[in-house]
Amino acid sequence: MLEGLLLGLSTAFTFQNILMVIGGCLIGTFIGMLPGLGPMSIIAIMIPIAITIGDPATALILLAGVYYGAVFGGSTSSILINAPGVASTVATSFDGYPLTRQGKAGKALTVAAIASFSGGTIGAILLLIFAPMLASVALLFHSSEYFALMVVGLSAIAAFAGTGQVAKALLMTFLGLIMATVGEGVLFNAARFTLGIPDLQSGFGFITLAMAMFALPEAIYLILDPNRSKTADGGDNSEIKELRISRDEAKSIAPVIARQSVQGFLIGVLPGAGATIASFLGYAVERNIAPKDEQDQFGKGSVKGVAAPESANNAACTGSFVPLLTLGIPGSGTTAILLGALIALNVSPGPRLMVDEPQIFWAVIISMYLGNLVLLMLNLPLIPYIAKVLAAPRNFLIPFILFFTLMGAYIGQNNATELLLLVGFGICATIFRFADYPLAPLLIGFILGPLLENNFARAMQLYDGMGFIWERPMTLGLLVLAVVLVVLPSYRSRRARARAEGVADGD
Amino acid sequence: MTILNFSRRTIMAAGVALAVTGLAAPAVADGHQVVDSIHFLIPGGAGGGWDGTARGTGEALTGAGLVGSASYENMSGGGGGKAIGYLIENADSNHGTLMVNSTPIVIRSLTGVFPQNFRDLTLVAGTIGDYAALVVAADGPIKDLNGLIEAFNADSSGTAVGGGSVPGGMDHLVAAMVFQAAGADPVAMKYVPYDGGGATMAGLLSGEVQAVSTGFSEAVELAKAGEVRIIGVTSPERVDAYKDAPTMLEQGNATEFVNWRGFFAAPGLPADKLAMYQDALTKMYETDEWEAVRARNGWVNIHNNGDDFKKFLENQEQVIGDLMKQLGFL
Repeated sequence: MLEGLLLGLSTAFTFQNILMVIGGCLIGTFIGMLPGLGPMSIIAIMIPIAITIGDPATALILLAGVYYGAVFGGSTSSILINAPGVASTVATSFDGYPLTRQGKAGKALTVAAIASFSGGTIGAILLLIFAPMLASVALLFHSSEYFALMVVGLSAIAAFAGTGQVAKALLMTFLGLIMATVGEGVLFNAARFTLGIPDLQSGFGFITLAMAMFALPEAIYLILDPNRSKTADGGDNSEIKELRISRDEAKSIAPVIARQSVQGFLIGVLPGAGATIASFLGYAVERNIAPKDEQDQFGKGSVKGVAAPESANNAACTGSFVPLLTLGIPGSGTTAILLGALIALNVSPGPRLMVDEPQIFWAVIISMYLGNLVLLMLNLPLIPYIAKVLAAPRNFLIPFILFFTLMGAYIGQNNATELLLLVGFGICATIFRFADYPLAPLLIGFILGPLLENNFARAMQLYDGMGFIWERPMTLGLLVLAVVLVVLPSYRSRRARARAEGVADGD
Repeated sequence: MTILNFSRRTIMAAGVALAVTGLAAPAVADGHQVVDSIHFLIPGGAGGGWDGTARGTGEALTGAGLVGSASYENMSGGGGGKAIGYLIENADSNHGTLMVNSTPIVIRSLTGVFPQNFRDLTLVAGTIGDYAALVVAADGPIKDLNGLIEAFNADSSGTAVGGGSVPGGMDHLVAAMVFQAAGADPVAMKYVPYDGGGATMAGLLSGEVQAVSTGFSEAVELAKAGEVRIIGVTSPERVDAYKDAPTMLEQGNATEFVNWRGFFAAPGLPADKLAMYQDALTKMYETDEWEAVRARNGWVNIHNNGDDFKKFLENQEQVIGDLMKQLGFL
């Protein structure tokens, strides 16, 4: 392995390849900031360029840089304007945007940068050591386990709900699940709930819904409430106070990053689970195991709440290279596009790749590490300038947010209907916000819904019924975990209440 | 400072626009230009199979100087129906437009996803295709097509066939055709739908399903890597890209199937224009630029012009329609 490592190092550390990593990261970061252009579309745009390079190692290094840059850039719009352009950065906005509202946008971006860097780096090291072993782990999960994993993901929604909001959160989750059933699915030969409207054939777009739930209501709120751009303590949120993270904060997020990098990586290894699930679960797990006083901070601007999903989604992106490189199976849409590029470059990913073309295998892994390092070095100095976007006067900022929101919904599909849907849902979402219903569970339900349904139906079909729950111990284990996740918060608060009452009695 | 930040954003947006349109950069014609310009209408989003076909074809045509310039428009919606409707409604102003499409136009008009069918359009040419294949795990007990049928006959519920399309979609229909031709009951076949080719292969390798129905080109790399075994290709003869894979025909199974991709124009297109497009596409096959694009994407040249294309589509519609009736989808 050491030999391979050296070979990879010597391949990656050429002037040209380092230039490629830097270029790729820059392109990825800046385009990734635009909602609507996720890693998948950016890589698709870059593939013809990468292929003209010809040398597979160099091309892959460029694409890996773009990939990481895009994942990282995606979190920027989540944090700054509450517009998550990629599903895997939805969880980042839960605490990232509240931090921005408190004038701590710089801090949120710094935490995100460091968490992303650590997640990606730890992921790359795990990939380096365990990739060959993990190939078989990736195949342990059957449809029934994926179904159970989605149940775990949904049950974690209790973690996203504030006190006394669990019922509302569940209601919104179901609404999200229902919305996910619109259109042509994987399971049926017919479209469902489209009311005969051809534009609903392929269902609601993720970006459209994400913009409608998060960014648009925020912009409407800004218009309705002129004081909203001021922070709670009267200061202007364009002031960038607290760019750096304090020693205490660093100490508190270090274990979060360490845990979520490993957990995120392992979830990323599973084909079909991916960075989105990793980020939600990362957020939920960290909230559940946090001490009571810190737990209350989640959703209101906790640095842990930014660090957890950001380290998890980056580690998961790295993890998704395991099935790609060792089995030749793309675990996500993005790696499917990368697989196409690899084949076009005459590289066949699979178990033989490490043996036949070790320089490519190792160069990719080294370039991941390099990509993360370059990202951190590029982005930390840029953060104050990026955060300054918010210093724009309201009459510039609001149209700017609206423009990015509308463009994000339109750009992927080139379909004007998305704009109508966006406005319609945006108005509904604003009403929900006035009524104090949480919107995040709706979006999570919408994202996880198809995965939940498809895997459940496949498992039912394969086992001719519900037998898979008993016949597959791992499924049962995950479902038990889901129950624990639902029950634990209410058990905890009941115990806390009991203890408080006990104190009162003693008086 | 503020203004500076805005201009940075603007430059960024301009950069994106440049990157996107840059792909469609017109090439200088060098004397043998056949068509001035073609506007490609893509019924799906960026990055899909239709998108790649249109952009690849446009790249080869302009690169070789057969076409002066190419532009592209993604119009998704209605499983492709929106673009078809647009082309028919605005036929007179779309004589410069070619729409890309593929096998699903046949399947989706049969199932009524959209009211039109290929007869409502001007058929230009089928240009490329991919054969279908049945694939099993390399180290599994099933070694050939007959082995799969035997396993199915012994335990129909325990022999699931996976695929990347919906029930009644292409992968399901191909597997059903093979089962029917082998004398097994296609209705009893347990077809398990996955979300795309990658997930299907993961399902096969994890042992969840015993065989999968997929595109030949999607299976070739994994077969070369020794992970899966292709037990039958729906081509008339063995395909050069992977000679080890036997055809269905040579195993006594009369299944032939091509997932084609091709181009359509607005109804009422003048004959001289149609001839011009067909001429450009025919000449394209001789060029190095096309060969580079074709090889990069792993496409197989399957060229059917005008009337041949029509016969081919009518035959495919017949075969698929009959099978879907039998399976209860129509």
